[in-house]
Amino acid sequence: MTVQDLFIETYSALSANKVRSGLTILGIVIGISSVIALVGVGQGATSSITSRISSLGSNLLEVIPGAPRNAGPVSLGFGNATTLTPDDAAAIKKDVPDAAAVAAELTRRYQATYKGNNTNTQVIGTEPSYPQIRNVQIDSGSFITNQQEKTYAKVAVIGPTTRDNLFGTGADPIGKTVKINKVQFKIIGVTVSKGGSGFNNSDDAFYIPITTAQRYLAGSASITAVDVQAKDQNSISAAQQEITTLLLSRHRISDPTQADFNVLNQADLESSLSSVTTTLTLLLGAIAGISLLVGGIGIMNMMLTTVTERTREIGLRKAIGAKSADISLQFLVEAIVLTFLGGAIGILLGWGIADLVTSFGVVTASVTWQSVLLSFGVSALVGIVFGFYPASRAAGLKPIDALKYE
Amino acid sequence: MAKTIIDCRKISKTYVNGDVKTTVLKGVSFTIAEGEFVAVIGPSGSGKSTLMHILGALDTPTDGEYRLDGVNVANLNDNQLAEIRSQKIGFVFQSFNLLARATVLRNVELPLVYTKVPADQRENLAKRALKSAGLDEDRYRNRSNQLSGGQQQRVAIARALINNPSIILADEPTGNLDQKTGRVVLNTFQQLNDAGRTIVLITHDQYVAEHANRIIHIRDGNILEDQPNKPLQARMEEDL
Repeated sequence: MTVQDLFIETYSALSANKVRSGLTILGIVIGISSVIALVGVGQGATSSITSRISSLGSNLLEVIPGAPRNAGPVSLGFGNATTLTPDDAAAIKKDVPDAAAVAAELTRRYQATYKGNNTNTQVIGTEPSYPQIRNVQIDSGSFITNQQEKTYAKVAVIGPTTRDNLFGTGADPIGKTVKINKVQFKIIGVTVSKGGSGFNNSDDAFYIPITTAQRYLAGSASITAVDVQAKDQNSISAAQQEITTLLLSRHRISDPTQADFNVLNQADLESSLSSVTTTLTLLLGAIAGISLLVGGIGIMNMMLTTVTERTREIGLRKAIGAKSADISLQFLVEAIVLTFLGGAIGILLGWGIADLVTSFGVVTASVTWQSVLLSFGVSALVGIVFGFYPASRAAGLKPIDALKYE
Repeated sequence: MAKTIIDCRKISKTYVNGDVKTTVLKGVSFTIAEGEFVAVIGPSGSGKSTLMHILGALDTPTDGEYRLDGVNVANLNDNQLAEIRSQKIGFVFQSFNLLARATVLRNVELPLVYTKVPADQRENLAKRALKSAGLDEDRYRNRSNQLSGGQQQRVAIARALINNPSIILADEPTGNLDQKTGRVVLNTFQQLNDAGRTIVLITHDQYVAEHANRIIHIRDGNILEDQPNKPLQARMEEDL
């Protein structure tokens, strides 16, 4: 049998019962499209989380205060203590060889007003190295300079969300004066939006010199965090270790488990979150895979029915010279064509669903070539696996029995 | 002396169903020469269908030797039998066994698909076979289920002819046809025989058997009678 003959036979067999072929294909369509769409959504979620985290800064380590030690039986909890000092930040700058840049932070929330508008926002007192570490870019104007930091200048860089809240969407705030906690600040720059949301939204913030924050807003020389950028990706762990060792000795703590600070590693966070979403993707894929399996069983069911219905035809074909291999190939190709058609429609449908999900704006579902190829492979495999048994049953029929079949 | 096409020597066939053994053919021997038109006649249960299956290489005998055009068929495996069928035998069945969805031409071409004849040569061969079987040319593109019973059986005969087989085996070819159409089909067989085809006709109907040149009566797995026959038409002509 030539390839052309196989396809003529297959077309004629499948088109003879279009409704049944269509319904059988539907099983595969649903299976494949759900694999494509769900895995796409899962991968989209993974990559959006990963890019969110890396937008916080590259090779970032964040030192935050921990629970203070020797505070009696009552733990005050993370972050509430003033165990980090500006001296610690200075020591990290001086004594951590793997740190490329260091910026101390004093972040509090304050009420900010401009004319009639007011908003409650985070005010980040920090140093000029902050944009480099935290991946903050300036849209217009400029960031805080060393000079401004030294002179306790009352200047502020504003995030785009805060700018929209106070000045109106897209307005140019540079040179205007806002009141933060009743202290007047002059706006000197606007940051580029990072598309964040929620409580720690870096778009909804003021950036002011840390010295100004300490003197005019907090009234003390405390800091709330130290941001450190490691030299490169490979030195993150080394930098983390150096900072831990340095601060333990500065704070005179011998037992590392009793440390009154925490060094957060952005890479750790990223890998643990992306492992969560990868697991989620696998889970979604597995559920979709089950529906594909059900679709495959549908194929097998239809093929078995077809073989029974066409028993006489099989007998005739054998009588006029078809070998067992010809018969089994014919039915196998029918099953594979069914799953391929289902696979092709399923890929298009899954792609459509992924696009639809993306258009809702929750996640950007990404359909990759790998998942398309995989689906095609899987659908062909489903055809072979589930077509094999019916095909071998057809091929095994004895011509006399098949011809006598009523 | 014409060439021997079918040579059966003491063919027997026993079916085993659980503990019950049924012997359907009990050592049947006969030969059929090229150009003969033989009718095998017998009541149902006589073993004539089993004999036809063995003659058609659809089944192998339990015992005995069967040579088809010089090839010993008794010991062949399934694939070798399929090859023998496609090269040496043309089947015509009671219920036509055409592919309802396919055109007349496609039905006739079907055996060529399995003997790997290139697609561009098939149509001419099919047309020639259909002409021999006497089907009007304007029917060739019709689907086979759009034809009458007589026309369908002619398509089946054309399909049997297409591989230029050594023998045409017809199993009750008129069984599903009315008397008039049946006569037309039988005349077609006679014409094919006149053109030199070897034909074996299996039937339970004495009237049908009367069209052959030789009649083998079979009963209870044995040959009861094997004698030449003057075909019906020739006798009618003599009577006139």
